[in-house]
Amino acid sequence: MSAEPGEELEAVCERAVSSALDAGAGDAEAFAEDSRSFSAEIFEGQVESLTESGSRGLGVRVWIDGRVGYAFATDLSDEGIRLTCADAVEAARVADADRFATAPEPSNEPASDASFSEPSFFDWTPERKLELAKRVEQVALAGDRIEAVESTHYADELSNVAIRSSRGVEGAFTATASFAYLQAIASEGDGGDRQTGLGFGMGRSPETLDAEAIGAEAAERAASLLGASKPASRTCPVVLDPTVAASFAGFIGGLLSADSVQRGRSPFAGRLGEPIAADLLTLVDDGAAPGGLASAPFDAEGMPAGRTALIEAGELSAYLHDSYTARREGEGVRSTANAGRAGFRSAPSVGPTNLIVEPGVDLRFEDLLVEAGGGVLITDVSGLHSGVNPVSGQFSVGATGRLISAGGDLADPIDEFTIASDLQSMLRAITSIGSEPRWVPFGGSVSTPAILVGEMAIGGS
Amino acid sequence: MASDDPLVPSELAERVIARALRNGGDWAELFCEQRSSFGLSIDESRVEGVTRGRDLGAGVRVVSGETSYFAHVDGLAEADLERAADAASAALSGERTEPTALSALVRGEPQPIETDPADVTADRKADLLRACDERARAAGAEITQASASYSEARRRITVANSLGTFASDDRLRTRLGVQAVAARDDRVETGFETRGAHRGFELLADGAAEATADAAGRAAVTMLGADPAPAGTMPVVVGDGFGGVLFHEMTGHGVEADHVQKGASVYAGMIGEQVADPSLVAYDDGRLPHEWGTEGTDDEGTPTQRTPIIEGGRLTGLLYDLIRARKDGVASTANGRRQSFRHLPIPRMTNTYIAPSSDTTPAALIGDVSRGFYAVSFAGGQVDPTTGDFVFGVSEGYLIENGEVTRPCRGATLIGNCLAALRAIDGVANDFDVRTGFCGKGGQSVPVGVGQGHVRIAELTVGGTSV
Repeated sequence: MSAEPGEELEAVCERAVSSALDAGAGDAEAFAEDSRSFSAEIFEGQVESLTESGSRGLGVRVWIDGRVGYAFATDLSDEGIRLTCADAVEAARVADADRFATAPEPSNEPASDASFSEPSFFDWTPERKLELAKRVEQVALAGDRIEAVESTHYADELSNVAIRSSRGVEGAFTATASFAYLQAIASEGDGGDRQTGLGFGMGRSPETLDAEAIGAEAAERAASLLGASKPASRTCPVVLDPTVAASFAGFIGGLLSADSVQRGRSPFAGRLGEPIAADLLTLVDDGAAPGGLASAPFDAEGMPAGRTALIEAGELSAYLHDSYTARREGEGVRSTANAGRAGFRSAPSVGPTNLIVEPGVDLRFEDLLVEAGGGVLITDVSGLHSGVNPVSGQFSVGATGRLISAGGDLADPIDEFTIASDLQSMLRAITSIGSEPRWVPFGGSVSTPAILVGEMAIGGS
Repeated sequence: MASDDPLVPSELAERVIARALRNGGDWAELFCEQRSSFGLSIDESRVEGVTRGRDLGAGVRVVSGETSYFAHVDGLAEADLERAADAASAALSGERTEPTALSALVRGEPQPIETDPADVTADRKADLLRACDERARAAGAEITQASASYSEARRRITVANSLGTFASDDRLRTRLGVQAVAARDDRVETGFETRGAHRGFELLADGAAEATADAAGRAAVTMLGADPAPAGTMPVVVGDGFGGVLFHEMTGHGVEADHVQKGASVYAGMIGEQVADPSLVAYDDGRLPHEWGTEGTDDEGTPTQRTPIIEGGRLTGLLYDLIRARKDGVASTANGRRQSFRHLPIPRMTNTYIAPSSDTTPAALIGDVSRGFYAVSFAGGQVDPTTGDFVFGVSEGYLIENGEVTRPCRGATLIGNCLAALRAIDGVANDFDVRTGFCGKGGQSVPVGVGQGHVRIAELTVGGTSV
């Protein structure tokens, strides 16, 4: 496979669009993807598994008088394309008509010509990638009180994407991404407490991964929790570290998608222009953010990626739109280029790209802790997907972290407790936002500093 | 509907396996898959999201010592399979290994299908969703929204390996999910109900689909009247069916052999030990008729079986795939499963459950509790197998006061540690039900059955907002 956006994929899309029209579609959009991935797991210095793969597929969306159908397949032969298009047309005939459902028009604005692939990506041999992953594991194992490391993972992907539609939408691009992550196990030894800690790094090339930092983070996170106990139930200041803040930001981003709002499944419906958060919070969706791995020249409908401020100084300023929700909203509302898709197997749907919590000014992590004196630091939450009610915004999730002394020092580790509130109250209760943001692959692709929530309920003993 | 032919002929499979072993390796495997899926949903009383998909591909694995080399390709043509074999063996540099000739094809025992969904028109499926929409909305004037989704997937696999295994399996899963939203003043609550099985369209016939919608609507309306959940430590009665996700998380994952072999499980080194009340019995059973996690063979071609996990309160065994079984010198328990041909098999549960008792009724379990919590259904759960810490989000829960189920509670989470919670189980009722779960592990999602009768835990932390 070449590093250039495959002309072949564009040809596949072109054939699919005309085949779908032949099969009876009023309009058609074809999305083709060709990816090559490499992944490896390391355990105790040895390669546990090594996977090399190539994957190609086609997804076809068709419109017939306001009825939408979708089909996908891995067979890109002429016969495979024909069958997929026939499937999509048949699917559309089953759907009910929706007057807002028409094919997206191409944008007049040019798509970004930024590069989403890193040249150094292509210089790395599998051997070097394995060495990197082994180094990550070594660093973690050398950490204080680290007993073992569960598999250390390295994974990367080179993907080519093309899109074409009968309305004239067209585009193609190449993207690269690399990840490394591991879970370290710390132990007090001899039947004492054991704790795990996650370390991770990501970028558009293995060149950007810092093995020392990734391994050390896992070791430090695990060891810092040793001897954890259950805190007393109470209400207190809570600092969310960036990995935790990102998970919540991702949830909120989903609820600010116009699809959730229009279908009455968002606690933020009907709040446009109103204050919904503390005025120090600004939350932005940026589909072209340089550091964000969700960045691309255009969205799943070919709309040039852009920047949308969702919450500005605490005020709800916009929802995320694709072409359907924008049309449904009416009154000159345009797509914010937030049609996303999880590969060729799924039809486009509205969602965040890169979410960015604007950092505060001159507020280091240590300063946040001082402000949160007597409260708790949350370093991990679990059960987020089962613990948050996306309609009401209420949540209760499992948490681990550290107590914060009255003076703002990190004190005893704590686990087996819950934090509970609702997203709306939590947003209003934010009292400080740190100035040291970090990209986190949780909750989507999110850049956020640590966040201090003035008051939250802790459920422990 | 069962097709008796393997996805690739044995001669081709043998050639591919031999090619995969030409640079050495202890053994090699070819896994072929054909998947065809159809789904649609209804929302705002409009049928939408109609999607049909077709996947065809193969994965080749070469195992050398502790290392697995894996490659996968789309398509099952000889050239595709050769490409996968070459990619999987590229990193090896040794003497050719001679594979064993393939045995006669073993077919996984099929689940009888009455009505193949492929023979039911898409319009009929759309009508079914319209009926669900209507029924969920009829649950009360406070229902503001309803949505439902239907999906069917047929997955045929053929697996061959250099030890002579040659097996095919044919799985068909059908599932319906219904969600209702109810609102009163500022309160918004949801109800969710599913019905799914390794079964044909008959699963949803005779009012079964409508009953699922009724239950979703009822749950949403009930939760409107819910108070904030209590926070604190108390006896907890867990409901049947989806309540089994508790055992799935707190014990099932911990006895998957990969976690145990890495020492990353609280159950490591505890085989044969008393981990629960002597009356407790639990299984993983890939053969339970028609259940969601049921298959004829696993994704390594091993015929599925019932594996005891706990008997007489003692931990009896682990869940193995071929690689982890080989490491421990035992036979696979047919738990080698994978999401698709794009994934390596790893030890996974099938249908995992606490076996029902013979006499205790659910009412009796609840009757003994003076103040406690009744968790009827979970939105999901998560466990860290290394520490045993778990957390579950309760989607439908009630207070128990003086032996009676009283007020509904919202926003509850159950939190605890596996070993302690398992030991604290002091009652299992005589009812039994298995429900549909999607279990995520190592980036792979597979269908699993979760089940049990009502179970009581003498003491567990309930995390709620009412401090």
